[in-house]
Amino acid sequence: MKARGYLRAAVACGFAVMVAGCGLAEAPLIDPAGPQALAERNLLFTALALMMLVVIPVFAMTFFFILRYRASNRTARYEPDWSYSGLVDTIIWIVPALIVISLGVLLWNATHRLDPYKQLHTKEEALEVQVVAQDWKWLFIYPEQGVASVNELAFPSDRPLSLRITSDTVMNSFHIPALAGQIYAMAGMQTRLNLLADAPGTFTGRNVQYSGDGFSGQHFKAIAQTGEDFQDWVEQARQASDSLDADSYKALAKPSSNHPVTYYADVKANLFQDIISKYAPRPGPPSAQASVTPESAVESRNAR
Amino acid sequence: MTVQDRVHSPEEGAAQGGAYEERTLGFWLYMLSDAVIFALLFATYLVMAGNIAGAPSPQSQFSLTHAFGETLLLLTSSLTFGLASLAQKANRPRLLQAFLLVTFLLGLGFVLMELVEFQGMIAAGAGPDQSGALSSFFVLVGTHGLHVSVGLLWILVMMSQVALKGLTAPVSSRLARLGLFWHFLDIIWVGIFSVVYLPGVLE
Amino acid sequence: MLGKLTLDALPFYSWVAMGGAGLIVFGGFAVVALITWFGLWRYLWTEWLTSVDHKRVGIMYIVLALVMLLRGFIDAIMMRAQQAFALNSDGYLPPDHFDQIFSSHGTIMIFFMAMPFLSGLINVIMPQQIGARDVAFPFLNSLSLWLSAAGAALVMISLVLGTFSTAGWTGYPPYSGIAHNPSVGVDYWIWAILVSGVGTTLTGINFVVTILKRRAPGMKLMRMPLFTWTAFCSSLLMIFAFPALTVVVSMLALDRIFGLHFFTNADGGNMMNYINLFWIWGHPEVYILILPAFGVFSEVVATFSRKRLFGYTSLVIATMAIGLLSFTVWLHHFFTMGSSASVNAFFGIATMVIAVPTGVKVFDWLLTMFRGRIEFPPPMLWTLGFIVTFVIGGVTGVLLALPPVDYLMHNTTFLVAHFHNMIIPGVLFGFLAGYMYWFPKMFGFTLDARWGARSFWCWIIGFYLAFMPLYLLGFMGMPRRLEQYNVPEWQPYLIVAALGAVVILGGIACLIIQLAVSIRTRHERRDLTGDPWDGRTLEWMTASPPAPYNFAVLPQVESIDAFHEMKKQGKADQRPQHYSDIELPRSTAAGVLLGALAFLLGFAVVWHIWWLAIAALAAIVGTVIARSFDDDCEFVLPAEEVERTETRHHQLRQAAARWAADSARDQTADSPALQEQTP
Repeated sequence: MKARGYLRAAVACGFAVMVAGCGLAEAPLIDPAGPQALAERNLLFTALALMMLVVIPVFAMTFFFILRYRASNRTARYEPDWSYSGLVDTIIWIVPALIVISLGVLLWNATHRLDPYKQLHTKEEALEVQVVAQDWKWLFIYPEQGVASVNELAFPSDRPLSLRITSDTVMNSFHIPALAGQIYAMAGMQTRLNLLADAPGTFTGRNVQYSGDGFSGQHFKAIAQTGEDFQDWVEQARQASDSLDADSYKALAKPSSNHPVTYYADVKANLFQDIISKYAPRPGPPSAQASVTPESAVESRNAR
Repeated sequence: MTVQDRVHSPEEGAAQGGAYEERTLGFWLYMLSDAVIFALLFATYLVMAGNIAGAPSPQSQFSLTHAFGETLLLLTSSLTFGLASLAQKANRPRLLQAFLLVTFLLGLGFVLMELVEFQGMIAAGAGPDQSGALSSFFVLVGTHGLHVSVGLLWILVMMSQVALKGLTAPVSSRLARLGLFWHFLDIIWVGIFSVVYLPGVLE
Repeated sequence: MLGKLTLDALPFYSWVAMGGAGLIVFGGFAVVALITWFGLWRYLWTEWLTSVDHKRVGIMYIVLALVMLLRGFIDAIMMRAQQAFALNSDGYLPPDHFDQIFSSHGTIMIFFMAMPFLSGLINVIMPQQIGARDVAFPFLNSLSLWLSAAGAALVMISLVLGTFSTAGWTGYPPYSGIAHNPSVGVDYWIWAILVSGVGTTLTGINFVVTILKRRAPGMKLMRMPLFTWTAFCSSLLMIFAFPALTVVVSMLALDRIFGLHFFTNADGGNMMNYINLFWIWGHPEVYILILPAFGVFSEVVATFSRKRLFGYTSLVIATMAIGLLSFTVWLHHFFTMGSSASVNAFFGIATMVIAVPTGVKVFDWLLTMFRGRIEFPPPMLWTLGFIVTFVIGGVTGVLLALPPVDYLMHNTTFLVAHFHNMIIPGVLFGFLAGYMYWFPKMFGFTLDARWGARSFWCWIIGFYLAFMPLYLLGFMGMPRRLEQYNVPEWQPYLIVAALGAVVILGGIACLIIQLAVSIRTRHERRDLTGDPWDGRTLEWMTASPPAPYNFAVLPQVESIDAFHEMKKQGKADQRPQHYSDIELPRSTAAGVLLGALAFLLGFAVVWHIWWLAIAALAAIVGTVIARSFDDDCEFVLPAEEVERTETRHHQLRQAAARWAADSARDQTADSPALQEQTP
């Protein structure tokens, strides 16, 4: 049994080295940069701590029993027919049940509090961005500003960011681990994600749902900026030579890997709604599809 | 699926719990498993029935008289199968064969009517490849139709076994399971009629 | 004539793929040549391939599982190697080859390693544990085996002809749809799991009927060994969960072949329906795999603690509760699909509730060790390694059951680490424990303990090295299934993970060496008693390997741990007054024939060779009908022959007992096999 002890020590040391040397401390999920991701991480730590109430006894019991009741130790008590104790039986059902009940309460509250569809309320109004997953890149449409960008999501760090997400290809999953959890992007549907950055900074976002050959290169920079910098960014985008109309959209939507950051000075009205309604399963008056309002999106959450 | 039968001496049969009992239990389990298939097909139809994507809706293609005709054929065939079972119990192989034949013809009529319906829908531009709603309709109803067709084949097999072997214990046991299968398909059809056709026509 | 099959199907697209194909073709030829060289075809055909004896069928299942374990592991180590090197580089695998590898790894490990392994163990042991002579439907059993083999063969041949799926083992549409994935890979995946899935459903029915109807006199349900209980629960789940897989995969096939719109993006398809249906099967599947492993651990821990299992009733209730709850949690596989908070929270809580019966089981095993006399042969090592490691997997599982945590961790390597943490220590360690525990029962000699222990240490150290880094990479936001990456901080962890895979390779090598060494020294390690571990349950009452009929006279069961009680009361070796004739199922080629036809059918549909598909289907129907006409499926083993066999077994047993007594007196027993035989 000594080998196991040495093994554990070695593994622990190895991990300590890696933690120090290889940036685990700065890992986006350990050191989040926004309140949503922070709350989700804290929930993780709380649950982990609660579960230690079971894990530690199990580990302790395993090692103690192995040591104490090994066959070569003839001094230990041996009761070959002891197979039931009402008290022990009750305890081993009740204790895990209590932990699960408390975790359940925690879960219920946290899931409602951290619903990605819930608007975040700060002094400033949320910035709305429409996100389209394509093969293999991300298109960000800024309806207020009338600009669009590929593989770069800029936003002011003092305003909440409210994303409406869809896909013009297979299912993708939109994830900026430092800022918030992920949500799927699905064709013909709209999902939502609300997040907030603590301070200006640059974070990596990705598609984390396998989607084909260009999947590995399908990442983007999420740039939280001061309000002024964001205005400059929008101006810069407006200076771009291209605009996003039906034809240039079609060209963009063709599969491409490691697509460079691109800006579009102008975006066709209702482009996002058109992309969704292209796949509409149920016919109806075009206007009803074209305006996916927040209210209707809340009612049928995936706007199907 | 088939199961192979074994002849047991009485003592052995008792010791092993009875081979026919085992087979019946196994067949019930198979039917439960099959029922899950139908449950999921029903659920899929309910989820997708509105997804017509510009194609004709399944409901627009239904004819209540046609569906009623199909229902009548299948329900009657269940009745005639019941009579066949009675003939089997009374050990009257000829009567049994006659009722099996009637059951077969009624079932065949059902399958043909269904094919006519499918053919008409496809001709009217409402084939299974036109929309999600139509896909789910064709696969739900078609799966049932496929089961009935397998049942028809099974009836033929059993008729020839009765003819060749007579009402031996294994043959009787298989007939009992065929009966279970046939009535099971009836129940599924009643579900299809009430979930797919009736609401579709009443709209 | 050949549908879509042309010369382009050969894997000229990459050297690595050609190497794989070459290996399969060469390996296939080598096996055929060896069998021919040794003139084993007749023996193989009459004694094995056409056999319907549950022990033979079970052993063939286990052989299939071990072969596929090798194949699945080669996939794994290829992925680890690619990721260890692919920082800002293409590595040695192009994306469209890397994705075939992760797809076939998952598909093989779940459908063609774990499933055959558990069917094999249950097949060999469960009928003996309940004191039966065979399963209820021996022919169906052989058919199930050959359908599984047909599915496995479809996966294997995809290496040579065409490609395998690139859509992962879950095959999510619309990516797996014809619009995005026109190659035959997804079709291979579909037909491989459809064909084997039918076999699994039949297996489930067979086992449930066997357990309900074939128990020996006095074997009440609440006297059944825990392994049989878990086999029962797992079989029920097969019956009720596999239809969902059949439905969902058939729909995908219809979409792909006939242009239907179940899961397409446009024209009213609903891909969310696929994901729901898939996991309505997929989550119970996890418990189909792991419950029998729990059963093995329960048997092993009681035997090698030399003590009665603690909390039998609790363990039975926990097993059935897990089985029931497994149908209520499927949505936790896609919390990130945008369901409302209440829906997510409901399924999250349902998921955590499963942790309660699972925790109870862990405590029951620990309390079985409490005040026992614990020995540490390989099966017990696997069990102890499982308990410690599985708890870690349970913790990360509960973490992932919290929807907000899942938003962060889903689709990252944390998830990959979590489910490997359940399936390697939980399922695979369990099956390997069962393999080493019951090997003497199958073949009549014990496996070498030292190489078994070495294999265990390699596996567990390799497991920690391979998967702990993946947990950490999950915290660093690394998605699963990345063919290359641009984050330098990830690489050290991926290198450690690759080293872990190499250590596991050592574990696999030890398994092979163990088998070779044990076969070479089999005469020294014969198990003459039929009971090498001083076992507690009825399977140790039969000879090793058992006579075709297992029990000449059905045992009379009076309690839990029936055989242990019999030994205690000195009834174990009693011989009956007289023997009677025993009816046994006759071997048949129908099972292997139907398997071959199912393979042809699948292959034909994959390549759209319609005439062949129709011919194969017609042949299947014809074979089934012909089989149904055959009422003479049994033969009688005369009482005299039974008596001869039993007498020989009895004499060997007595000789072994004398020998054991002698060596215990001399204290010179240094052969490990003998040490194991003398408690």
